[in-house]
Amino acid sequence: MKTGRLERPDANGRFGDYGGSFAPETLMPALGELADEFERAWNDPDFKAEYERWLANFVGRPTPLFEARRLSESLGVRLLLKREDLAHTGAHKINNAIGQALLTRRMGKPRVIAETGAGQHGVATATAAAALGLECQVYMGTVDIERQALNVQRMELLGSEVIPVSFGAGTLKDAVSEAMRDWVRTVDTTHYIIGSAVGPHPFPWMVREFQRVIGEECLTQLGSELCDVAVACVGGGSNSIGLFYPLLETEIELVGIEAAGEGIGTGKHGASIIAGRPGVLHGTRTYLLQDDEGQVMEAHSISAGLDYPGVGPEHAYLFDSGMVAYEAVTDLEALEAVDLLSRTEGIIPALESAHALAWVSKNAARLAGETVLVCLSGRGDKDLQTIARSRAT
Amino acid sequence: MSGFAAIRSAFGSATALFPFLTAGLPTPADSVRLFEAMAEAGADGFEVGIPYSDPLMDGPVIMKGSEIALAAGTNRAVALDIVGEVAKRTGKPVLAMTYVNPVMQTGWTQYASDLAERGGAGIIVPDLPLQESSELAAACLAEGLGLVQFVSPTTTDARIGRVADANPAFIYGVTDMGVTGERTSISPHVASLSERVRAQTDVPLVLGVGISTPEQAATVKNLADGVIIGTVLVRKVLEAENAAAAAVALKSAVAEFKAALS
Ligand SMILES: Cc1ncc(COP(=O)(O)O)c(C=O)c1O
Repeated sequence: MKTGRLERPDANGRFGDYGGSFAPETLMPALGELADEFERAWNDPDFKAEYERWLANFVGRPTPLFEARRLSESLGVRLLLKREDLAHTGAHKINNAIGQALLTRRMGKPRVIAETGAGQHGVATATAAAALGLECQVYMGTVDIERQALNVQRMELLGSEVIPVSFGAGTLKDAVSEAMRDWVRTVDTTHYIIGSAVGPHPFPWMVREFQRVIGEECLTQLGSELCDVAVACVGGGSNSIGLFYPLLETEIELVGIEAAGEGIGTGKHGASIIAGRPGVLHGTRTYLLQDDEGQVMEAHSISAGLDYPGVGPEHAYLFDSGMVAYEAVTDLEALEAVDLLSRTEGIIPALESAHALAWVSKNAARLAGETVLVCLSGRGDKDLQTIARSRAT
Repeated sequence: MSGFAAIRSAFGSATALFPFLTAGLPTPADSVRLFEAMAEAGADGFEVGIPYSDPLMDGPVIMKGSEIALAAGTNRAVALDIVGEVAKRTGKPVLAMTYVNPVMQTGWTQYASDLAERGGAGIIVPDLPLQESSELAAACLAEGLGLVQFVSPTTTDARIGRVADANPAFIYGVTDMGVTGERTSISPHVASLSERVRAQTDVPLVLGVGISTPEQAATVKNLADGVIIGTVLVRKVLEAENAAAAAVALKSAVAEFKAALS
């Protein structure tokens, strides 16, 4: 067992040196209320039971833990896939979206907003909002609107409005910023359903709590044999923290995979932990891609969901304390992993999830004979256009 | 006189006017003269915006200004030099308005001493709330700089008390929910915010965010010790054909606000 797992951040929202609430004063009271309300709800058996009912009957949990036999054989590694791609709407994002939407209803707020990169969190939030009767607007960068067009259509069909964000790089970072600007204005009537384990306290903690079901189910499904290694991709870090947190109590080796984009050396990547330095972005202190003067740099990844220059503060803490190892794989390696899984197992993974898978195939020799669990955080339908385009070039 | 004292001395019988403008607009070379024009029109002190990649508290106009200034080469040193130059040429207290990450990367004490050395009077950091600000507060105290703390319509009375106890150079009262930008009317929250602050402290209260016309300034002048205007000024610079035209426009705008406050 690894020592130092933090059940919750401290009173200032810190995981060690990371986290906190670096937010405008206008939001501070709302953040305090949110922390209190979440804590009350999470300790309320009725709320928890309702959340679990939604997970079971709407999301379709538990998701299977699938042994990928053909791929295991060709890699020489026993490969288990946590099938978050089979969750309703096609990714783990719905676990958090349903949880926060239920909390929104409990707080009596009629409207939710969200940011989205890959569109999966936007779709999950639009879905939860439709199911619970909440008004919903989703901020999305113009570049992402283009590369994840299918998800834009889904959100609109679900009755949400997608608001394009054109400044900056027109990707996830800009969408988060714009959602926060909306929230500063509308906090009285609106809850911001943030899509990853990022943002000011209590978001990183709350999102982890709503995602830890991934790891908890894995422990049940694995039984006493456990596995040797567990791997997940890290964008903001929600599927990975959801998988890792319950596993921190075991001997399982944990590896988070960041986006190396075109290669760490090119500067065009999204590897905030591996190549960044501590700083403040979107209300939290964490590892950050930034220049010498503290200007935030643009991230680059073929997968919109990993195209973010920061990372959840708990990952920064887990990295510093050595409890989780972080590595990165490139766009090309991820694309190869999409092909590999599609052809050998009949599962088309999201480009994000393909990063975790690519790490396994890349390290197959060192992992020979071991049991490796990969969080297949989402399905790849949304990425078909991006994949086709990458083939053409 | 310390920076802190210089800021405090800007508050007299009339409501003080603190114009905000981004450093390096329209270019670093033309920036200081715009502040001089505003000083000639009666500004009592300045907020100089240090351009930043991710200005969370700012609306589209100031974001645009920040983007232009950065593209024109307004890095940290250039921006802080502008702060110093404005202080020297106008003799008014000048506060740097920056986001927290660049300060953290420089180091709290280093940033404070860089600012003080150039003649800056204080610092405003909108994403550094009270409970995260003790290190910067200590660094400012050591340099005699004034740190500003925020209150907003949603701030509780208890928290206003804690803000007052920190003895900031002034309390920045955010008049309206939302980011910087022009509003068609003054927020209905202002009067009660001002009352709640005044009930607890004599620390000067300066209202900002969403005060866009001289008429709006006039309606709040008795509710505060000072007023900050920003977006309306940045917009004038963005719309001006050149720096000379911008200086003329800023001078007349500031004169109108000044008249409305006196
Ligand atoms: C399928 C999938 N996996 C992973 C991610 C990355 O986010 P996180 O690191 O929060 O799990 C996303 C984000 O959009 C996603 O859609």
